[in-house]
Amino acid sequence: LQQRRGLRLSAPAAIQVTVRDALNQALDEELERDERVFLLGEEVAQYDGAYKISRGLWKKYGDKRIIDTPISEMGFAGIAVGAAMVWLRPVCEFMTFNFSMQAIDQVINSAAKSCYMSGGSISVPIVFRGPNGAAAGVAAQHSQCFAAWYGHCPGLKVVSPWSSEDAKGLLKASIRDDNPVVMLESELLYGVPFEMSEQAQSKDFVVPIGKAKIERQGTHVTLVAHSRPVGHCMEAATVLSKEGVECEVINLRTIRPMDIEAVEASVVKTNHLVTVEGGWPQFGVGAEICARIMEGPAFNYLDAPAVRVTGADVPMPYAKILEDNSLPQVKDIVFAVKKALNI
Amino acid sequence: PPAVGAAYAIKRADANRAVVCYFGEGAASEGDAHAGFNFAATLECPIVFFCRNNGYAISTPTAEQYRGDGIAARGPGYGLLSIRVDGNDVFAVYNATREARRRAVAENQPFLIEAMTYRIGHHSTSDDSSAYRSVDEVNYWDKQDHPISRLRLYLGRRGWWDEQQEQAWRKSSRKMVLEAFEQAEREPKPPPHLLFSDVYLEMPPRLRRQQEELERHLETYGEHYPLQQFQK
Repeated sequence: LQQRRGLRLSAPAAIQVTVRDALNQALDEELERDERVFLLGEEVAQYDGAYKISRGLWKKYGDKRIIDTPISEMGFAGIAVGAAMVWLRPVCEFMTFNFSMQAIDQVINSAAKSCYMSGGSISVPIVFRGPNGAAAGVAAQHSQCFAAWYGHCPGLKVVSPWSSEDAKGLLKASIRDDNPVVMLESELLYGVPFEMSEQAQSKDFVVPIGKAKIERQGTHVTLVAHSRPVGHCMEAATVLSKEGVECEVINLRTIRPMDIEAVEASVVKTNHLVTVEGGWPQFGVGAEICARIMEGPAFNYLDAPAVRVTGADVPMPYAKILEDNSLPQVKDIVFAVKKALNI
Repeated sequence: PPAVGAAYAIKRADANRAVVCYFGEGAASEGDAHAGFNFAATLECPIVFFCRNNGYAISTPTAEQYRGDGIAARGPGYGLLSIRVDGNDVFAVYNATREARRRAVAENQPFLIEAMTYRIGHHSTSDDSSAYRSVDEVNYWDKQDHPISRLRLYLGRRGWWDEQQEQAWRKSSRKMVLEAFEQAEREPKPPPHLLFSDVYLEMPPRLRRQQEELERHLETYGEHYPLQQFQK
């Protein structure tokens, strides 16, 4: 009898969900929950989304909630901001964040600064979302990381999910947040499945903005990353573990406001810091982390200077071999850890 | 574009209201003016676009701003019902705006009004417009085609206003303004703790810590600061 596999009567536990499906679920749930929420962008309606993130939503919610726009980022981002100032809660999709440069005046000047400029009278509960950073073979004008650009601006919140839980929880939190939020996704992660706990599958599951997550506990070195590089850090941690080096991997989840306290607590424990990002080094996320560590209590616990692993300081090349080597790889992270630990 | 978005949201709310968006003929050259007009038409928004064509964008005269027939002529290209009015005629502007607003709300469609006028003053306090236009040109408009003078003459001819009322009104207005100035100057300045608010709707912990630090600093060293000029 003990060998018989009976019917499972309890609810399913963890399941595998791709980041794409997690985002789709988040959008579906928030559209259903609040009639003020709507999605606009290029190809989001009948085409189901350029990357199929909004699959099925136009069919379910119709023209009023899922709006296809003409090809004008400055136009539709501005529309979305105006609508948000009145009573609606738009989710504005950029096909990639490279195109957000066309609309950056609307994101920064119309959205981010309005609360401050109006002394708190105008709120802009908008989410700008879309793929950020490198994809595969899309070259210089389609591969830039905007974490540092948007993370620079007071008045904006900026989030950068890695796993499906991050994606779903952060998108729901961003939509529910009354401030303008920029959500930097990753095209290369859309098709990647992650385990999603039972709790994460609930309609009210929200990941708080401004809190990092320790993906792996460790004692010898702190690795801090956001988005896809978190996965590379986890792989590097596995490699290094075989050599007796235990890495603590922190998934920032939010770029602004940055959970530097989580990094500080970790550095106090491990005494070594390596930051990893896909963006360019100058004025990047890693640079900010290093500056803040120096300014805070954790500086006294560092046994060596922090090391930054970043994208190469060039416009993204087209040739595959060059592209592969322009982004942080597992071997680069391993090398950086060994440099920090002097081994 | 934000004006169009606001109009879209108002339409979604069935609010029976319209948005009126004022801009100059120079701003109409921006790329997002094109986007705004196009979206207003395609999304069928209750908005009145009001272009104040005053002849100059800082130092750029309209001959260098565009070669087409002004802003009103662009409207039909987007499917916008458009009208050009004498911007110095109070009644023309009022009537055009009133009708455009009524129809924008009733028909959920955008309108474009181009009001032709002239900028008599400098663009701003850091501009000296004699560097790019003749004093004669400015004087012509000031003397021959000034909206307030025209209204004054109209009211005078109808017997609804005279020189005596004019002088009395000027005197009482001046008094009203100066009293308001004095009242405002007596007001204490906003309290220092407001330096930290409104970056976000809720104050982030980092800013709150800085605010508390300032409070503690002022508790100890407040006597060195002119705190009496500020609200508590």
